[in-house]
Amino acid sequence: MALIIGGIWIGQNVNLLPAEASKNSPIYDELFKTLFSIGAILFIGITGLVIFSLVIFRRRNGDIEDGIPLEGNISLEIFWTAVPAIVVLFVGIYSYDIYDRMGGMQPLMAGDHDHQGHTVQSNRVWGGIGSGTIGENSLGRKISPLDVEVTAMQFAFLFHYPKGDIISGELHVPVGETINMTMESKDVIHAFWVPEFRLKQDIIPGQPTVLSFTATKEGRYPIICAELCGPYHGGMRSTVVVEDTKAYSEWFNKNSKISEV
Amino acid sequence: MTLAFPPSNNEPTEKLQPTGWLRYLSFSLDHKVIGIQYLVCGFIFYLIGGVLAGIIRIELTSPISDFIARDVYNQVLTLHGTIMIFLWIVPVVNGAFGNYLIPFYVGARDMAFPRLNAVAFWMIPPAGLMLISSYFITGAAQSGWTAYPPLSINTPAAGQIIWILSVLLLGGSSIFGGINFIATILKLRRPSLKLMQLPMYCWAMLGTSILVVLSTPVLAGTLILLSFDIVAHTGFFNPALGGNVIVYQHLFWFYSHPAVYIMVLPAFGLVSEILPVHCRKPLFGYVTMVYSIMAIVVLGLVVWAHHMFTSGTPPWMRLFFTIATAFIAVPTGIKFFNWVATLWGGKISINSAILFSCGFIVNFVLGGITGVALAQVPFDVHVHDTYFVVAHFHYIVYGGSVFVIFSSVYHWYPKFTGRMLDENIGRIHFFLTFVGFNLCFAPQHWLGLNGMPRRVAEYDPQFAFVNQISSAGALIMAISTLPFIWNVVHSALKGKVSGDNPWNALTSEWLTSSPPPVENWIGAAPLVKEPYGYGSSKKSVNLSPKEISTEEKE
Repeated sequence: MALIIGGIWIGQNVNLLPAEASKNSPIYDELFKTLFSIGAILFIGITGLVIFSLVIFRRRNGDIEDGIPLEGNISLEIFWTAVPAIVVLFVGIYSYDIYDRMGGMQPLMAGDHDHQGHTVQSNRVWGGIGSGTIGENSLGRKISPLDVEVTAMQFAFLFHYPKGDIISGELHVPVGETINMTMESKDVIHAFWVPEFRLKQDIIPGQPTVLSFTATKEGRYPIICAELCGPYHGGMRSTVVVEDTKAYSEWFNKNSKISEV
Repeated sequence: MTLAFPPSNNEPTEKLQPTGWLRYLSFSLDHKVIGIQYLVCGFIFYLIGGVLAGIIRIELTSPISDFIARDVYNQVLTLHGTIMIFLWIVPVVNGAFGNYLIPFYVGARDMAFPRLNAVAFWMIPPAGLMLISSYFITGAAQSGWTAYPPLSINTPAAGQIIWILSVLLLGGSSIFGGINFIATILKLRRPSLKLMQLPMYCWAMLGTSILVVLSTPVLAGTLILLSFDIVAHTGFFNPALGGNVIVYQHLFWFYSHPAVYIMVLPAFGLVSEILPVHCRKPLFGYVTMVYSIMAIVVLGLVVWAHHMFTSGTPPWMRLFFTIATAFIAVPTGIKFFNWVATLWGGKISINSAILFSCGFIVNFVLGGITGVALAQVPFDVHVHDTYFVVAHFHYIVYGGSVFVIFSSVYHWYPKFTGRMLDENIGRIHFFLTFVGFNLCFAPQHWLGLNGMPRRVAEYDPQFAFVNQISSAGALIMAISTLPFIWNVVHSALKGKVSGDNPWNALTSEWLTSSPPPVENWIGAAPLVKEPYGYGSSKKSVNLSPKEISTEEKE
C-alpha cells in the first residue's frame, strides 16, 4: 500500500517535462503522470523484491543446504498474468482515450466529416495528431483554421501561409487558434517536433503529412528536426513564435503579399 | 552435409582438428570451439563499438560540434549501432552460448550441421572487418543503423554499399545459426528426453531461431532492394523515382523489431539457467516460462510498426500496434515475476554471476516500463527519436543483454577453462558497470523528454550539464571493462582450478570434465530429465552415465 501511494506520489510530483504550451500538452502530461505512477510502483516493487531477496535469502557461511524445492504456484502465476494484463488493458484504453482527446483518431473519420469547410485531404495524406481540434471551440465561437504549408529540406524549415502568400523561416502562430499544417519534404525524411507542444510528425518526401495544433502559451519555442537527415541534422532548427492575436495580425499584414479584402 | 554423431555413439572420432589454442583460429567443427570463437570475436567487436561510443560521448560533452566533423560523427554512430547489434550482442547471446550449451542440453555430441556452423562463424570476422575498414577506405555509412532512404540513397554510396554487404553477411550467418539450432533442438535431442524436460535456454533458442529464420530474410531482401536503388538507380524506395520510403520502414522493422527479441530472448534463457544454480532452487513456473517465450515470439512478429508512429501510418495501424506492443509486457512480466519467485526462499550465493543477473532484472524492468510507455501512440509522438528512446533501448540491450552476457561469462567460465574467475575483481566489475551504466543512461530519459533529439552532434546549451553526467557514466563503463579483461586473462593462466562442477549444478554441461572433451562426454552422455531439481530427491532422476548406457541401447 505504501508502495502504491509512494509510486503515485512520485508519478504526480516529479516533473520531468518541459513547459506546456499547446492544447495537447496538459492531456499528454496527464498520460505521462499516470504511466509514471504505474511505472514507479512496478519498478520500486520489483527492485525492492530483488534487493530484499538478495539480503534475506543470501547464503550464510557454512550453509550447504539447497533452497526450498518450489517449482511453481498456479494461483500466483494466474495472479501475475492477470494483473499485468489488466494494467496493460487499462493503459491501452486510457491512452486510446488520450489519443482521441488529442485528436489523433480524427483522420480516421475524415471521410465522413468535413470540419468547418476545411477540405478533407486525399487518402494519401497520413499522420498528424491533433487534427481533431479542428472545429472545436472552447470559447463558443467559430474558429477558422489557419493553414500553413511546411516544406522541409536539408537543413531548414520553410513555412508558407497560402492566405497571405507569406514565406517565412519562422513559424508565427496566434495563441489559442488551431493551426493546420500540411508538410512535405524536398529531399530526405525530416521531422517537425516542438517539445513544448508534445507533438512530432515526420516530414516525408513524396508523401504529404498533416499536423494540427493549438498553442496556448505565448513565447518562442524551438522547432527541432528529429529524424537523422544528414551531417547538419543537429543544427536543423527553427522557432515557433506564439503571440497574441494582435501581434500576429501585425506580423501577418506586414508580410502579406496579398492585400486584405 | 556431415550429420552430428548420434548420442549413443561411444567411439571417439578421428581428430582432424588442431588442438591447443590454435584450434580457436581454425575452421574447427567442435561446437565448443565455435562457441568460444563467437564469444571472443564478439568481445573484440564490443571493445571497438565501445570506443565508438566513447567518441560519441566525448563529442556530446559540449553543446557544439567540436570533437569530430559532423559527417564523421554520423559514421561513428552508424558503426556503433551496427557493430553492437550485429557483431556483439546477436552473435554472442545466440552464437556463443547457443553453440556451447545447446548440444549439451539436448544430449548431443555436436550441432546438427557442424560445417554450416563453422561457416556461419567464419562469415562474421570478414563482415566485421569490411564494415570497419570502410571507414578508412571510403568513409563508412552515415545514415544510422536503420539506413532509412532517401538519406541512405543520398549519402556517399561506397560506404552504404559496404554496410549493406556486411549486414547481409551477418544476417546470413545468423540464418545459418538459426537453422542449425532448430535442427539440433528438435532432431538431435535424445529420444528419451521430452521437450518439456529441456533447460529453458533451449526453449529461448528455439523461439529466437524461429524469429531469425522468419524475419532475417525480409531484412536481406530489403537491403538488396536498397542496394539496387543506390547502385542501379532503381526506384523501390526513392521518392524521386516514384518509390515509397514508408515501405522500406515497414520491411526494415519487420526484421528489426524481432531483432530486439533475438537479442533478449536468449538472454532470458541464460538467466533462467543461472538463477536456479546459484539460488539452489528450481526455476519457478517452468511451463508458464515456456509459454511466455512462445507468446513473445508470436507477438514479436506483429509489433514492428510501433517504430513508425510518427511517420506515415494511418490511425488504425497506430492503434493496432499500440495494443499488440503493450501486450508483450504480459508474457515478459510473467518471466520477471517468475525470476523474482526463483530468488525468493533460495539460498542465494551472492557472487558476480548472480549480481549481474539481478542487475539485469532491475535494468530490464526499467527498460520494459519505458517500453510500454513508448508503445502508447500519444506518449510516443513526443519522445520518438529523442534521447528518451536512446535511454530506453540501452536499458534493454545493455542493461538487459550485456549484463546477462557478463553474468554468463562468470557462470560458465569454469566450464570453458577449468579455472575460476576472481570473485573480488568480478564484484568490482559489476559495481563499476552498474553504476556507470545507470549514470550514463538514466539522465538521458530527462534529456529526451525535454527536447534533445537523438543522433545529433550539437544541442542546446541547457542540456550540457546532464550530458556531462552521462559522459562521466560512459567513462566509468569504459573503466569497468579493464578489471574484467584482466580477470579473464589472468584467471585463464593462474586462476584457482575449479574442478568439473564448481557450482554443483545439475544441467548436463556440468556432468563432464571442465573443459569438456571433444565429444562432450567420455563414454555415454548423462540423461538430465530434471535440470532444475534442486532441493528435492528428484536429483537422482539425473541418471549416472552407466545407467544411461543401458537405457539408451534401444
